[in-house]
Amino acid sequence: MKNSKNSLKLNGLLLASLLCLSTVGAAQEPVRIAFMDPLSGAFASIGNSGLKQIQFAADYLFNSKGGILGGRMIEIVPLDNKQSPTETQIQFRRAISEGLQIIFQGNSSAVANTLNSTISRHNRRNPGQEVLQINYSAVDPILTEDNCSFWHFRFDSHAVMKLNILTDFIAMNEDIKSMYIIGQDYSFGHVVSETSIRLLNEKRPDIEIVGNEFHPIGQVKDFTPYVTKIVSSGADAVITGNFGADMVSLARSIIDSGLDIPIYTFYAAFDGITATLGEDGKNRIRLIHNETSNPYLTEERRAFNRAFKAANPDNDVTQPRIINALSMVVAAMEESQSTDPYDVALALEDMRFITMTGDEVWMRASDHQSFQSLHISVHTDEGIEFDADNSGFGLYSEYHVPQEETIVESSCQMRRPRR
Amino acid sequence: MLEVFIFATLNGLVTGLLLFMLASGLTLIFSMMGVLNFAHASFYMLGAYFAYSISLYMGFWMGLIFAPLIVGVLGALVERYGLRRVHKSGHVAELVFTFGLAFLIEESVQFFWGPTTKNYQYPDILDFPLFTLFGQEFSAYRGFMIAISMGIFIGLYRVLTHSRIGIIIQAAITHPHTVSNLGHNVPQIFMGVFGVGTALAALAGVIAGPVLTTFPGMAVVLGSIVFVIVVIGGLGSLAGAFIASLLIGLLQSYAIASDVGMPDLLNLLGLSFERSHPLNDLWTVTLPQIAPILPYLLLVLVLIFRPTGLLGKREE
Repeated sequence: MKNSKNSLKLNGLLLASLLCLSTVGAAQEPVRIAFMDPLSGAFASIGNSGLKQIQFAADYLFNSKGGILGGRMIEIVPLDNKQSPTETQIQFRRAISEGLQIIFQGNSSAVANTLNSTISRHNRRNPGQEVLQINYSAVDPILTEDNCSFWHFRFDSHAVMKLNILTDFIAMNEDIKSMYIIGQDYSFGHVVSETSIRLLNEKRPDIEIVGNEFHPIGQVKDFTPYVTKIVSSGADAVITGNFGADMVSLARSIIDSGLDIPIYTFYAAFDGITATLGEDGKNRIRLIHNETSNPYLTEERRAFNRAFKAANPDNDVTQPRIINALSMVVAAMEESQSTDPYDVALALEDMRFITMTGDEVWMRASDHQSFQSLHISVHTDEGIEFDADNSGFGLYSEYHVPQEETIVESSCQMRRPRR
Repeated sequence: MLEVFIFATLNGLVTGLLLFMLASGLTLIFSMMGVLNFAHASFYMLGAYFAYSISLYMGFWMGLIFAPLIVGVLGALVERYGLRRVHKSGHVAELVFTFGLAFLIEESVQFFWGPTTKNYQYPDILDFPLFTLFGQEFSAYRGFMIAISMGIFIGLYRVLTHSRIGIIIQAAITHPHTVSNLGHNVPQIFMGVFGVGTALAALAGVIAGPVLTTFPGMAVVLGSIVFVIVVIGGLGSLAGAFIASLLIGLLQSYAIASDVGMPDLLNLLGLSFERSHPLNDLWTVTLPQIAPILPYLLLVLVLIFRPTGLLGKREE
């Protein structure tokens, strides 16, 4: 009896203090932004690394400088979707019940597609409580083409844009006469395969496609049997869209087989991958990505990297596009003096933003696809100022394509909400 | 074609033997306790992580020796202080216990070692091609993997069939009460077998870690397939587990190496479908594409046509 009385008292106290807090905080309520990505399970390393970057960017760029919109702090709310479309729906409900209206999400195009259609439906049914999807990494073209939405913005170049540049780069290499394409058996893997074959046929009809293989995502234990096929096909180079464990295992198997051919990839760096490839992968593995890596062009960006590294010794700035996306969303909020998704979306349209590296990001209004210079980097330990995984190895940018040359047409016919 | 066949066989052998090291412990534990240990693959992962940490300070070979020992002791402790207590509440409780343990181990691994892939490498002394055939290298490390797992199989088989302790274990499996009446400490035998089983899984992890990459998802990737092997081989049968492991290793390897698929079958039957056909994905599927799920197909077939597994004895 005594106990319950005490706890009642305690509850009352808590309530009172909470009330106090809320009245104090009302004037300076934080701007809450959801970060929905895998924070547990097989793909947890990528999700957690992204979360650290967005939290650090929010603190370093805005909160430590007095916040945004006249003194409001940014609060990042992590939501763990385990990279599963089903779990994404559950977490989306949670975001709604917590009043979150801006959702950052990047990992897996399958998840991004689910979120895209869920948000469109929600926004149609709940005018005034709309939600904005900030896609910083899912690169299936369909998100800004046939399935484009007013409520979705992509801050990464999509797969076809990247492959356009990558195949240009491959076409310049006269030594390559045959190509092997291997990828995960899902939407993105198929886009990579189909687009690579189409573009290579246009640019270098003499390059023979000697293999086009799909394997189940996250199911392959040992890639050696696949590599045996690559070796016997006599391929001069490999293209793959693999990420995470599938990427490391594939690259390791290729290296272990003694096959000395270039591997062209999207995601073969950071979060343990660079350290695992180490010396064996030197000058053989290339990535296509936006934002330059080593050498970093501005002192501002170098200072950011150093500060991040000081705060997170085990992580790296792997996805500068997260920082750019956050900065652009904040810029849009400042411009519209609002955190309402509709106002933010309007302000984001056609925005031209200069990143820390001095690069311009343009958000096209017609399909909400961003455009920015693209770079091809090589895995090496030479000229590396900021390495990955503390391994001494990192990415060195060796081929640059300016923003204008990355622009592609879109089939998007956007339905714009009326207000 | 011959080169592809030879290498597919070798690759299948490596995978198959590796799977056997896991399946052997699992099937032994099952035949004794009547419980499938869902955490078995987690001990495999622990083996790889312990070996990685040890190799940082004392080199690969010390990891090879000590990691399985540490995990074996851990396994024995789990049996003594966990499973044995839960045993009183019946099989379902044991099953749930091991299921929970698997999650616990995965989360602990992420907690202590972090979620990223670990740079666990095999020793330089084994970093050379064992032989080169038709321009393809077969690495010495893979040869080493085959040698270790063959050694384990032969050793295990001889111990179980030709040694006194093996005979007691076999007797304890089928007639635990008689064995304990004869003065043997049956719970201690169970604990020992559980420890050895988990140590074998850890050994598999130690040698697989460098080639299959060491990351927190490695238990999940291998976990389900090991159950498939134990069921196909016949629950509790060591020889069955051996045959099933090789069968699945080779099956996957050959399937990947092959270049046939539904289009070939349709050609053979003289059928063709438009690309716009609603089942286009099904008509264009190839054997390499579905290779990793073939074991599950085999599982279904075995369960339909021979529910006891290849060498299993029907339970009364």
